Amino acid sequence: MAVQEALGNTALLEVKNLGITFGGLHAVENFNLTLQKGDLYGLIGPNGAGKTTVFNLLTGVYKPTAGTFFLDGKELKGKKPAEINKMGVARTFQNIRLFQNLSVLDNVKVGLHNQMKYTTLTGILRLPGYFKSERKMNERAVELLSVFELEGSLDTLASNLPYGKQRKLEIARAIATNPKLLLLDEPAAGMNPNETQELMETIRLIRDRFDLTVLVIEHDMSLVAGICEQITVLNFGTELAKGKTEEVLKDPEVIKAYLGE
Amino acid sequence: MMAKNLNVSPLSNQKKGLRPVTKKNFITYAMVIAFFILFQTLMSTDNLKNAYQSLLVPICTNVIMALSLNLVVGVLGELSLGHAGFMCIGAYAGSFFSVLTEEVIPITWLRFTLAFAVAAIAAAIAGILIGIPVLRLRGDYLAIVTLAFGEIIKSIVNVLYIGVDSEGLHIAMSSSNLNLLEDGKEILRGPQGISNTPRDSTFFIGFILVMLTLLIVTNLMDSRTGRAIMSIRDNRIAAESIGINITGYKLLVFTLSAAIAGCAGVLYSHNLSSLTANTNNFGYNMSITILVYVVLGGLGNVRGSIIAAAVLYALPELLRGLRDYRMLIYSILLIAMMIFSNGAFFVQLREKIAFRFKRRTAQDAIPGRVE
Repeated sequence: MAVQEALGNTALLEVKNLGITFGGLHAVENFNLTLQKGDLYGLIGPNGAGKTTVFNLLTGVYKPTAGTFFLDGKELKGKKPAEINKMGVARTFQNIRLFQNLSVLDNVKVGLHNQMKYTTLTGILRLPGYFKSERKMNERAVELLSVFELEGSLDTLASNLPYGKQRKLEIARAIATNPKLLLLDEPAAGMNPNETQELMETIRLIRDRFDLTVLVIEHDMSLVAGICEQITVLNFGTELAKGKTEEVLKDPEVIKAYLGE
Repeated sequence: MMAKNLNVSPLSNQKKGLRPVTKKNFITYAMVIAFFILFQTLMSTDNLKNAYQSLLVPICTNVIMALSLNLVVGVLGELSLGHAGFMCIGAYAGSFFSVLTEEVIPITWLRFTLAFAVAAIAAAIAGILIGIPVLRLRGDYLAIVTLAFGEIIKSIVNVLYIGVDSEGLHIAMSSSNLNLLEDGKEILRGPQGISNTPRDSTFFIGFILVMLTLLIVTNLMDSRTGRAIMSIRDNRIAAESIGINITGYKLLVFTLSAAIAGCAGVLYSHNLSSLTANTNNFGYNMSITILVYVVLGGLGNVRGSIIAAAVLYALPELLRGLRDYRMLIYSILLIAMMIFSNGAFFVQLREKIAFRFKRRTAQDAIPGRVE
């Protein structure tokens, strides 16, 4: 830590005392987090601990009632979800949110919306720019989908994909927006151990290949222990423990929060 | 490297034939062109009764209206019940322009083209003005407010008097307040509307307009903008999370759809010699009728909207021989169509038939079949 501080502001994500209250309920309180570029960080905690609320705060779905957060030194607090995404934060959802009536290819191409642009008029009039951009979009989308081994079902409707592939497609769509920080909300939910194992490798692969910093919410301890270098444990909206994964998972307080006394 | 290898196969597969979307669109274009050629031939060889001939332009009007409402309801996924209001603005703006410039611009096609431009711009401006406050709402609330705006537009044109003289335009809420000079003439006369619009609309122009609308709608849907719009329909929160400007695109669709409806209005008003606004042409009845076409044709289904609008508009006229039972049969047919398009049995039947014709496509549609 001391070295990094000496090097100046190298943190990719800096969350300071972030909090939100719904009515009288402190859903998240005093949340602090510093992620360095390339980190694979885990966020765990029992049901209702406020993990997804943290994601919703970081992506602008909720406006924080306390604290603030920075990406690459730029303050993101108070910005709209679309703006936050443009500045480099992409996410997936706990309950999958795909564009059900669009094909697999088009789902990723929507993700490329702000990466490869042409005007509405160019699209309607089918000017040369349309074909050039569409070709580039197709190539990029297929490249992304092949990372998740989805290149065989380009024209399948997203709703017709099996569950595991829907999760992968959602990650592919998030990466298409060219983020610096990727937030994964329970990526292994509903997966069998083999699929989870495969997912772990994929997450590591995409982190290296797309220069990502990844923050994962997960219930599956094998996944957390397998890929996250560091974790934060949330309980009742507050931070219970924080640090190296193997040490935190041995913490009696954490075990108590998960398993009861 | 791995990705590079994988790149080759799916894309080259795509290049083999037309993409499914493109193919589907071409079939729709061909269908509209065939319909035009058929009826144009029937008409020029005198094989079409006059009563049926007079249906052709209104069919085009209704098809254009259905296509434009389909953009809002089917593609964007927001319910609008005031669409006839935009048609009304277009009809009045277009007619007004034509009557005003009838002597100045003697070339019919030029005047008519300009009338379309004026109407499209007027309707688009109305679309923006109404869209900005209204599009903050969603679902039922949006439907109710658009319904109200549609009625407001209709009521306003019914009390508006506009005349022109050597001093310029005069606008008032009653005929006596217009204060026209000797050489002036009243163009828009409140509830009496606009009379003596040049009857420039023909089946050919209607067809051209349908084709233009169709091209705009299909090209839009198969583009970056179209995908963004459909992503908002499918999942607003996810669309926001990948950087789609929801409000901007909603307003764009609303405005474009209003402009197209405005053009339909011009086609409508130049097919009649006198134009008045009432519940049946620009009111809530019309908006609901168009919505029926869009819903029965299948939300977001361009070809379905066209067929439903053409068939359902012509049907009451074709059933005229049944006299008193006409509307009864019409309603029964509406219900039957609804069951046919959504009933599980019929959906399966259609899939079976499609499967026989196109073995490959049908297999792709089976859920879960992925390599």
